[in-house]
Amino acid sequence: MTSGAPVRDSGFDDFLDALADGDGYYLECSNGHGSFPPRRACRVCGETDLEQRTLPSSGTVETFTIVRVPTPQFEGETPYVTAITAFGSVRLTGIVRDVDPDSVERGLTVEPSVERWDDDTRRLTFEPR
Amino acid sequence: MQTVRIAGVGLTHFGVHPERTGRDLFAEAALEAITDASVPRDDVEWVHYGNFMAELAEHQGHQGPLMAESVGLADRPATRHENACTSSGAAFREAVETIRAGSADVVLVGGAERMNNLGTAGATEALAIAADELFEVRAGVTFPGAYALMARAYFAEHGGDRADLAHVAVKNHANATVNEYAQFQREISVEEALDAPMIADPIGMYDACPITDGASAVVLTSESYAREHDVDAPVVVAGSGQGGDALALQDRASLASTPATERAAETAYDDANITVDDVDLTEVHDCFTIAEVLAIEALGFYDEGEGIGAAREEETTRDGPRPVNLSGGLKAKGHPVGATGTGQLVEATRLLRGDHPNSDAVPDATTALTHNAGGTVASAVVHILEVER
Repeated sequence: MTSGAPVRDSGFDDFLDALADGDGYYLECSNGHGSFPPRRACRVCGETDLEQRTLPSSGTVETFTIVRVPTPQFEGETPYVTAITAFGSVRLTGIVRDVDPDSVERGLTVEPSVERWDDDTRRLTFEPR
Repeated sequence: MQTVRIAGVGLTHFGVHPERTGRDLFAEAALEAITDASVPRDDVEWVHYGNFMAELAEHQGHQGPLMAESVGLADRPATRHENACTSSGAAFREAVETIRAGSADVVLVGGAERMNNLGTAGATEALAIAADELFEVRAGVTFPGAYALMARAYFAEHGGDRADLAHVAVKNHANATVNEYAQFQREISVEEALDAPMIADPIGMYDACPITDGASAVVLTSESYAREHDVDAPVVVAGSGQGGDALALQDRASLASTPATERAAETAYDDANITVDDVDLTEVHDCFTIAEVLAIEALGFYDEGEGIGAAREEETTRDGPRPVNLSGGLKAKGHPVGATGTGQLVEATRLLRGDHPNSDAVPDATTALTHNAGGTVASAVVHILEVER
């Protein structure tokens, strides 16, 4: 859609950079509500004083699906597994790698990572620990 | 506050019509609604229009005036509402508010969607943008994939299985057999549903609504206009409610419930001064079979975890105590996204008026509920209709 280097999504891409470096974080308000950037106000209570907290290095798959009919961006990737994974008080959604799709189960322990695709987009992924 | 009446309704056939433009689809439904209303077209003061993906499907923005123009109302105030799958539900709510506020006496409201010209991959991409681009779509979440995530979470929390969901599809297909506007006018079996190819496990082909082109429209009038002009409009919009939630599933407290629907329903019941037990027939947003289960629980018909067996136990079937989706639902009637919200209101109006092919299932019904949901129910709109017999 754009020519040349892709324009960064500030906040979000900074978060992915940190995650790729093994320094994942999330944001937390004083009431303990977690979220991810870009975010100026807590998504639950609206508090604007958000502290950066360390994201646990691994999480637990809460639910997942094996996608067989993809969007054009994911053609050639099917079947792939997308999962929602709990990291303590926050959850992230990502593509589960290095695993037979049919062997994924709820409760699987995974570590988050970041993939760069040929089209210069980046995708959040999970790898079984 | 003005009471709002449904004076006329119109639908196009819901189905595969890739060559038909959004403006052509909407004009057919809107002209039918105006004819059905027996209200002079010139009396329409305002147009509210719902559409989700015309920027992608038709490279068309600024659709409010375009749609008003399509029925010869180019000089009227006209606004397009976009709220994913609840676009025309939200448009209808705005139309109701327009009349209640005394801003207009006659409002045309409807929606349209052209999808099949995009093909399956293109339509899948267009539907996916109802989800959170940064946190969901880039992680491979499709529209069926999102409901698959919810279905698996529901099974884990409450039990139930794919056979329970198949019964929802079987019921809705059976209801659609007599609906001439429906995309699929044929019955299916539980075995067929279970054997169909997977789209996003555990959501199979027959758990999913089809890709549909179509339009719907309603003419609303104020009580005073209807009286003055002797308009035959026995159905009243008694209640209206809307609720919201976080866009991304990962930010929801529960992955197996839809509180936006609860909030919308609560507001609508209060507005109509009724309780859930007063509802005689219901059209819910079954974009996927699990969505019907989540809806009937959030609307208060069932406790959380209890709705999964409703279709199997024949409680929500045509002749059951609480029929759901007598039109065939999104599953069998089709889901032209921007047309679905007002489409449900058209079906519910006809069911109450007695001129729907399935009206004989609910001959004494006085109260109908419609439930329209956006994305993974980050928005929900509920309306209560009552008929005066």
